Amino acid sequence: MKKIYSVLVENRSGVLCKVAGLFSRRCFNIESLAVGETDDPTTSCMTIVSSGDQRTMEQIEKQLNKKLDVIKVKTFDESASISRELMLMKVKYNRNNRRDIMEICDVMKAQIVDMSKKTMIIQICDVPEKTRLLIDMMQSISIVEVARTGTLALQKCLETDV
Amino acid sequence: MLGADAMVKCLEEEGVKYVFGYPGVAICPFYNSILESRIDTILIRTEQNAAHAASGLARVTGNVGVCAVTSGPGATNVITGIATAFADSIPLVCITGQVNSALLGSDVFQEADITGAVESFVKYSYLVKDAEEIPRIFKEAFHIANTGRKGPVLIDVPIDVQNAPVSRFKYPDEVNMRTYKPTVKGNAVQIRKVVKELSKAKRPIICAGGGVLLGGAEHALRAFVERYRIPVVSTMMGIGVMPTKHPMYYGMVGNNGHPYANRAMNESDLLLMVGARVADRAVNQPDLITENKVLVHIDVDPAEIGKNVGPTIPLVGDARHIIEDFMEEEFTCEHEAWIDTLNGYRDTMGRVRKPNPSYVDPAQFIRMLSERMQDDAVYVADVGQNQIWSCNYHIVKNGRFLTTGGMGTMGYSIPAAMGVKLAEPEKQVVAVCGDGSFQMSMMELATMRQFGVPVKIIVLKNNYLGMVREYQHYTYKDNYSVVDLSGSPDLEKLAAAYDMRFMRLRTMEGAQETIDAFLEKDEAVLLECLIDPMDLVK
Repeated sequence: MKKIYSVLVENRSGVLCKVAGLFSRRCFNIESLAVGETDDPTTSCMTIVSSGDQRTMEQIEKQLNKKLDVIKVKTFDESASISRELMLMKVKYNRNNRRDIMEICDVMKAQIVDMSKKTMIIQICDVPEKTRLLIDMMQSISIVEVARTGTLALQKCLETDV
Repeated sequence: MLGADAMVKCLEEEGVKYVFGYPGVAICPFYNSILESRIDTILIRTEQNAAHAASGLARVTGNVGVCAVTSGPGATNVITGIATAFADSIPLVCITGQVNSALLGSDVFQEADITGAVESFVKYSYLVKDAEEIPRIFKEAFHIANTGRKGPVLIDVPIDVQNAPVSRFKYPDEVNMRTYKPTVKGNAVQIRKVVKELSKAKRPIICAGGGVLLGGAEHALRAFVERYRIPVVSTMMGIGVMPTKHPMYYGMVGNNGHPYANRAMNESDLLLMVGARVADRAVNQPDLITENKVLVHIDVDPAEIGKNVGPTIPLVGDARHIIEDFMEEEFTCEHEAWIDTLNGYRDTMGRVRKPNPSYVDPAQFIRMLSERMQDDAVYVADVGQNQIWSCNYHIVKNGRFLTTGGMGTMGYSIPAAMGVKLAEPEKQVVAVCGDGSFQMSMMELATMRQFGVPVKIIVLKNNYLGMVREYQHYTYKDNYSVVDLSGSPDLEKLAAAYDMRFMRLRTMEGAQETIDAFLEKDEAVLLECLIDPMDLVK
């Protein structure tokens, strides 16, 4: 089972370490973690994707709530969320495969954002499966390096939202 | 006013009477300021014991225990004491000195990242970077330590912050933390559900844990079980919730508990776990307490509910408030046949021991001792075989039974007993340890002597690390490894070195007279009891 935890925390030094430490100490799994300041500079939002059985998922939420730097924990399924991941990928190219790369980017709605005579940087912002797919597609071409943000997610808009 | 003065002022505002600790350069400004105060300082002989002493004080008074140590090794030494308090949910505030804040992270002399190191053993920690923040931080720390699920809070104060001027000292009247609002009152719907189950139950039982004592709920609980005649068992940390000889009390559960207590719990049809974690030593097989029964789990910490076992009715809140709410409800709860059954178990399923007459029988000795102890005496058990014998044979009247059930830290009893005796000097305080655990804290005999703390100490001496030897006896067929304690000091000479009265008991002959002489005066005594090295708790 996979869950997304959207964790609003105090924007203080050491908080990331406390949250990460909680996951490692209690043997909870982190599939992805993304952190950033929110519209309020005193708070940060951590988006954590984790998987495990029902009891583990419940414990993650409770243990997060127990941390004194945690303001609010929202837990939701992937299907109930809008999630995105940003990836930058540097690939080596040559005259023979340049067109293929551009076609793949076109299909995947990825952009080429930088180029030299031998390499280019491709940017994609999509659901995590799509970024994964792009890696698979490019694997045969020669990937130089990859940087990914990890999943960012918000719960889908509900009629009950304020 | 300097930061250090502000720190002391905060402790005064909190009504702190004792600070246990060990100075070093990094905490010297604080220890200089405290000289001006009426707070007494107790120089402990190793930092770990400062936390244990503060724990003993906290457990009998209900107030936060305070210790203050220096940076680096002073701070790292106190970690075991903090972890012990964390596992047992004891409210502590531990102040650590720290190197100059400008040098943090540069690995200078006696620098240790203590807030990082204790992260998984504290309820919260602070690294103070601005002296003006001291009043707010101390107010929060004391509040956090002693509310909700209680526990230790660490405040790390760099030496330059202790020496920095504080322009205006104002101790806040209340805390304002958006992230911390523990649930105290139980949910009314859940309470009514429990009451409904209680009125239906044929075989109800309460399993009381340390949370009942921490919540000051023991009197409410006794009134509740007396009104509805609900049987009670306890975890190790819950010993003392009920007087041992109370007709409704059926002993300690767990793999070291009484067989009849476990049977009572397993055969019940409604089990109320109150302030107990359902940890492995108390409940070896969580399945057994959910099968064929309604499990109600009452705890102030929502994360404990469902962690080890999934309850039928979860109920988050403070034990005292919830029991008082039960008392408000009107219902009937009839189950006389069940009580008869349990009385039958209690009468017939007691442990049968075959004591060796050439030695002191710890079971009989502890029973005799506790019968002779004062009504409100405090008994502090250490860790090892002595702890299990103490749990099984000590008779709590209206006093307290203290031990570390969560972390099981050897050497706990003597420093904890010192904390108790300082807090409540009129009470009889007895620490019971083995020869292994005694040697982990025997340096504190000096503290007792220096500050005149008349704790009575019993060493059940068998020349072995008995609990481990017993484990090796069963698991490794008597292949003993690293459990032989020969080389231990002559306790009579040791007692003489500390000007302490010494007594020795070799067999049960004359035990009564020895115990009477041991308890007679309010003085520090060391009583050595020679135990059969091959004796077993099971």
